[in-house]
Amino acid sequence: MLEITNISAYYGDLQALWDISLIVNEGELVALVGPNGAGKTTSLRVITGLLRSPTGSVRFVGTDLGRLTTHRIVELGISQVPEGGRVFAEMSVLENLELGAFVSDARKQRQETMAWVFKIFPRLEERITQRAGTLSGGERQMLAIARALMSKPRLLLLDEPSFGLAPILVEQMFEMITGINRQGVTVLLIEQNVRAALELAHRAYVLENGRIVGQGHGEELLSFESVKSAYLA
Amino acid sequence: MLEPLAQSLVFGVLVGGIYGLAALGLSLVFGVTKFLNVSHGELLMFGGYASFWVFVLWGVDPFLTIPFAVIFLALIGLVLYKLLFARMVKLPEEVKIRNTLLIGFGLSLILQNIALRLWTADDRSITTFYSGAAITFLGVRFPVVRLISLGIALVCFLALHQFLHRTFTGKAIRATVEDWEAAAMMGIDTQRVSQLAFIIGASLAGIAGTLVAIGYSIDPSMGLEWTLVALITMVLGGLGSIMGTLVGGLLLGVTQAATSFFLGGTYREIVGLLIFLLVLVLRPQGLLGTKRE
Repeated sequence: MLEITNISAYYGDLQALWDISLIVNEGELVALVGPNGAGKTTSLRVITGLLRSPTGSVRFVGTDLGRLTTHRIVELGISQVPEGGRVFAEMSVLENLELGAFVSDARKQRQETMAWVFKIFPRLEERITQRAGTLSGGERQMLAIARALMSKPRLLLLDEPSFGLAPILVEQMFEMITGINRQGVTVLLIEQNVRAALELAHRAYVLENGRIVGQGHGEELLSFESVKSAYLA
Repeated sequence: MLEPLAQSLVFGVLVGGIYGLAALGLSLVFGVTKFLNVSHGELLMFGGYASFWVFVLWGVDPFLTIPFAVIFLALIGLVLYKLLFARMVKLPEEVKIRNTLLIGFGLSLILQNIALRLWTADDRSITTFYSGAAITFLGVRFPVVRLISLGIALVCFLALHQFLHRTFTGKAIRATVEDWEAAAMMGIDTQRVSQLAFIIGASLAGIAGTLVAIGYSIDPSMGLEWTLVALITMVLGGLGSIMGTLVGGLLLGVTQAATSFFLGGTYREIVGLLIFLLVLVLRPQGLLGTKRE
């Protein structure tokens, strides 16, 4: 479904990614793990068109995303939960969700989608009129994911959804993500929490210093020596 | 003593509504695009001339010339955006502010000279049979024309507020103001939102220009003064806050009026600039604005 071939990325003169290639198949939950600064978020920015790769290509169900603007990429069915959620703090929970369904196809179905989203995150329904800025960290993260789901994406990109959450919430968050994936949404999950992500994902890629250094099935990678020594010790 | 003071304060409030309206467009554009368009005052001047000529040539009631000014300025806004500002959208924020400042400065000179060429340096104002009419209440005069102008300014504030809060497009504008990248991730075309904000901003300047032409007077060199007024008002009210902008305008109007009453007219503008500097130094988020991280 998503096919990334040999992309690279630069911030000014600074190269951040080298020859990244990865594939996400329909229905999969794929994790992209690695330490801070490895280039995980940068990879996502290339997929969503916020950053351009001078090399290689990004293809989504056959369409080349290389020349498309971010909003066009969203219209094709890719939705992103950015790092930290970045909900619209000055706006209400309801308005945040409405904006999630901004693209025209999603807008028509927004009532049904919202009902679906509230089933996944019942807490948000209780907070519907509240300003997003007044939510707790966990609720904000939920809102960010719910907002991304409102566009009825085929592919959901999650950037560190567990970051800053209490351990008990982290577990819940991962359960929700698995649940969303089981309902047919393909997920590319970026995580620093390597063990949890590898247990969750069908397949995973390990990113280090802007290069992919390992890939395989989640369980396989868990027993991978370098992964073990680097992240699980 | 009391009556003349009350009279100048009333005039202050009446002009303050127009100050707010002049700043509203500037503030909207700045909030969405981070363009600091210092030729905003010239746009306002063009609105004034549009109304003046529609009034003179076709004899349309001055307040009914507003739609003409809006359409005229929306077109000018569109052309200027496409020609000059569209390419600034993708620049980093600081470069954007700097570049648009320079563009706006050059543009204000060009627009001023176009106006000079087309309409001469004469002061113009729209005078109609009810221009002198006034309601007197407790010995204080309320000129009808300026009352209506204040009403129109308030309607503009209310309408923009409703638009931004009730419509999908309006919410997209607010989302872009808060976090344009996150807005783009929602599928919002932030380029188009910027263009729309710029056109609305120009149109609002047009309306303000009409009201200035009706209640006061216009000339080709008025732009700088009104850009300053709009900037001061915007900073007073807090960047990007709609209702703050209205309060900022009223406050500036009243302060100016009080200053000319107690100290004399020459101090009017100095006080405005003084407040501007004080706010920038002591409360950069504006008097009513909230701090943003």
